[in-house]
Amino acid sequence: MKGYLKRSDDFDKRREHLRNLSDEELKARFWELAGRVVDPMLELAKTHTTPSIERSVLLRMGFSSLEVKPLVDGAIDRGLMGHGVGHLVYRVSKDKNLSIREAGVQMIEGNHWDYLVETFKGGER
Amino acid sequence: MKLKANEKMDVRNILSDLESYTPKRRGWAWREKVDNLKVGAFELKDCSPSLKNGIGIPAAKYFDNIDPQPNNTITTEIASGRFEDDIRRMRMAAWHGADHLMVIRTAGQSHFDGLIEGSPQGIGGVPITRKQVRAHRKACDLIEDEVGRPINYHSYVSGVAGPDIAVMFAEEGVNGAHQDPQYNVLYRNVNMVRSFIDAAESKKLMAWSDMAQIDGAHNANATAREAWKVMPELMVQHALNSIFSYKVGIKKENICLSTVPPTSAPAPCMKLDLPYAVALRDFFSEYKMRAQMNTKYITSSSREATVTHVMNMLISRLTSADIQSTITPDEGRNVPWHVYNIEACDTAKQTLVGMDSLMDMVELKTEGFLPEKVRELKERAVLFMEEILEADGYFEAVEKGFFVDSGYYPERNGDGIGRKQEGGVGAGAVYKREADYMAPVTAHYGDNNVEQYGGNAENPAELIGGSTLEVPSKIVYIDELDEVDNVNTRMEETEAYRNSNLVKPEVEWLADGTVQIEVFLPVEQRTAEFAAVEFAKKMNLVEPEVIHSEMMHPSEGTRVQLKGKVDFHIDLNDLVIPPKPEVMTDDEIRKFVDEHPFKIVAATVGEDEHSVGLREVIDIKHGGIEKFGMEVEYLGTSVPCEKLIDAAVELNADVILASTIISHDDIHYKNMKRLHELAIEKGIRDKVIICAGGTQVTPELAREQGMDEGFGKHDKGVNVATFFVKRKKELIESGQWEG
Repeated sequence: MKGYLKRSDDFDKRREHLRNLSDEELKARFWELAGRVVDPMLELAKTHTTPSIERSVLLRMGFSSLEVKPLVDGAIDRGLMGHGVGHLVYRVSKDKNLSIREAGVQMIEGNHWDYLVETFKGGER
Repeated sequence: MKLKANEKMDVRNILSDLESYTPKRRGWAWREKVDNLKVGAFELKDCSPSLKNGIGIPAAKYFDNIDPQPNNTITTEIASGRFEDDIRRMRMAAWHGADHLMVIRTAGQSHFDGLIEGSPQGIGGVPITRKQVRAHRKACDLIEDEVGRPINYHSYVSGVAGPDIAVMFAEEGVNGAHQDPQYNVLYRNVNMVRSFIDAAESKKLMAWSDMAQIDGAHNANATAREAWKVMPELMVQHALNSIFSYKVGIKKENICLSTVPPTSAPAPCMKLDLPYAVALRDFFSEYKMRAQMNTKYITSSSREATVTHVMNMLISRLTSADIQSTITPDEGRNVPWHVYNIEACDTAKQTLVGMDSLMDMVELKTEGFLPEKVRELKERAVLFMEEILEADGYFEAVEKGFFVDSGYYPERNGDGIGRKQEGGVGAGAVYKREADYMAPVTAHYGDNNVEQYGGNAENPAELIGGSTLEVPSKIVYIDELDEVDNVNTRMEETEAYRNSNLVKPEVEWLADGTVQIEVFLPVEQRTAEFAAVEFAKKMNLVEPEVIHSEMMHPSEGTRVQLKGKVDFHIDLNDLVIPPKPEVMTDDEIRKFVDEHPFKIVAATVGEDEHSVGLREVIDIKHGGIEKFGMEVEYLGTSVPCEKLIDAAVELNADVILASTIISHDDIHYKNMKRLHELAIEKGIRDKVIICAGGTQVTPELAREQGMDEGFGKHDKGVNVATFFVKRKKELIESGQWEG
């Protein structure tokens, strides 16, 4: 077996501290606890990203579902995910004076990645 | 483009120019509840405005065809796998009262890492692609104009490509979606860390486009070994997704709990389900309820599924349901067919309207079993939440198998669904954002350093002149990627049947040829199933398959329902359809009757005790022929043919009206023949009009038996009176009768 906990129903004992709460207090406690469970996960979401999030950013920047994958893969391969893939495209567009689409399409063709690695890993803004 | 009731929706038209179509509107639309709504002769309290175009339940014909719409949004789930055929089903469902069209995704899309494009065929649903969604939303835009009520289009934002799909849904004006990271984790084994991070982005997009969100907690009910024991956990799952969503930015009124009454009869389900429903609505008073029906215990009996649905809706009326879902009564035996979607919508409408004003008359007890059970459930849920925190949070709790354990919490049976934090689909694909992390787009969740480029945190997309959400022309539309598996090839295959004179039966796809038959065989169940298939083969059904069988008695007999396909079609040009009978106006009939009085003898003949139909045709209070001034001598039921003819002679009647309901052994037609022959024998046949009616009577066959006319189940007093007048006129004009 998976070794998960087995326990008989000890509700009567376990509920002692809840017994005297009013219905309103019980409800407030329920929502307070629920908030505490999700807060660390929300914090994690604020400070992390994933390939699907980056793809969704690129979709919103005007790239197709076929174009967003190689862009995200390019960033993963070069360790640049933490800066945001949309950011990389934006930076190429800005620094090379290209439209957002031109910048992205050229990156899909394999261009500008060395420049990005240098720019972001060199700590330069 | 505008839809016309007498024209089919042109699917090709929907598909044309899709690349430039933008949705008419965005966001979820709730029904408006109107207090004291007048519909026909009634005043309703729990209803919403009626439709511009719709079809009432069958009994509406007795009530001036009123079609009251309950206040609850009504869902229908569509899953045929071919979106082009789903479009027609959507229109039919909307006419029957559905305003939440939930399109099920094809099996396996959860694990597809990215958007699918084009229009491949799906299994148990359609692959959710931009093309299909756009075509559906375009169709819904037309349908909502036709029925006069907003149609909410809905699908799923889950799996490893959740944020991709959420963007596409926001762009395409999808109005509602399932979104619950717990569903990914527990049932799709998607990595839990990634699921929650992705969920925040997806929910942010859903908040931006004002979508309604439905959670996935009902799946715990469907998965657990004994569904009713999972109730405390269900409340926990609902709460975690709700509060997570709210904290991301979805407004509470758009956050819906997917709640299912956990049990079914033969368990005393009300006793278990009602306290749970009350507890849930107490704790989640700020959120919305999407009342799903129980599917855990659904079988292939469509009757039983319908009763479960109705009992579940009693709970909806006793508590609340902002959205009333309908599971089709054939869900337990096949992918839902058109007609069952419609049946389920009608069942919901019938039940909810039938229970209008219920809470003005009954109330839930505030003392005793119900409130005690409610309190207990809430405490058990709080204890569950406490133990998650003691275990160091949600991820740890999932690892330890907290969820979907078959024990009634705090009881634990050690059989929960456990997942590893480092495991599952998409594991290891989580990246920490650097201090300069940036995403120049709208509806992005979390740290986003746009200030480094002079951007505005309130509007990051300003940096690129707007994202696709502000500038839809930036969306890159892909039509098709697969040359073979797409809507164009599918439609070519069935082209002969599209808007043509050829017609074939259909249950889900145009011209699929599928039919259902029902047989009773006087043998035991297993034998009956095999024998039934042989009968179906001899009826020339292709691929016959038993879809339901029920023992009537271990040896006396079995009911079997089968499906199969017919491999032929009917050419409508070859059909001979008699013209619809003309009906004279009341005044025209009265005028003639005034000048040419009628004397009619009427009876139910033979051994037949059924009198309702005949009374309705005769009685003035049912709009029968008496109201036109015709004099009727009603002789009663089970009147021998001889007696009826004798009475006609005695009373010098000019019309004999016989009712024959029983049709065993064609007795109804035999009686007609007998009447005709007796009238000849007595020498009155040319002096009297003889007609017969009954639910199984076909006019053509009645005439073959010598009747002047036959009347079927759809004929009313006015049809019968019209015929009498016309026939008498004819006989007078031809000189056979005196004026």
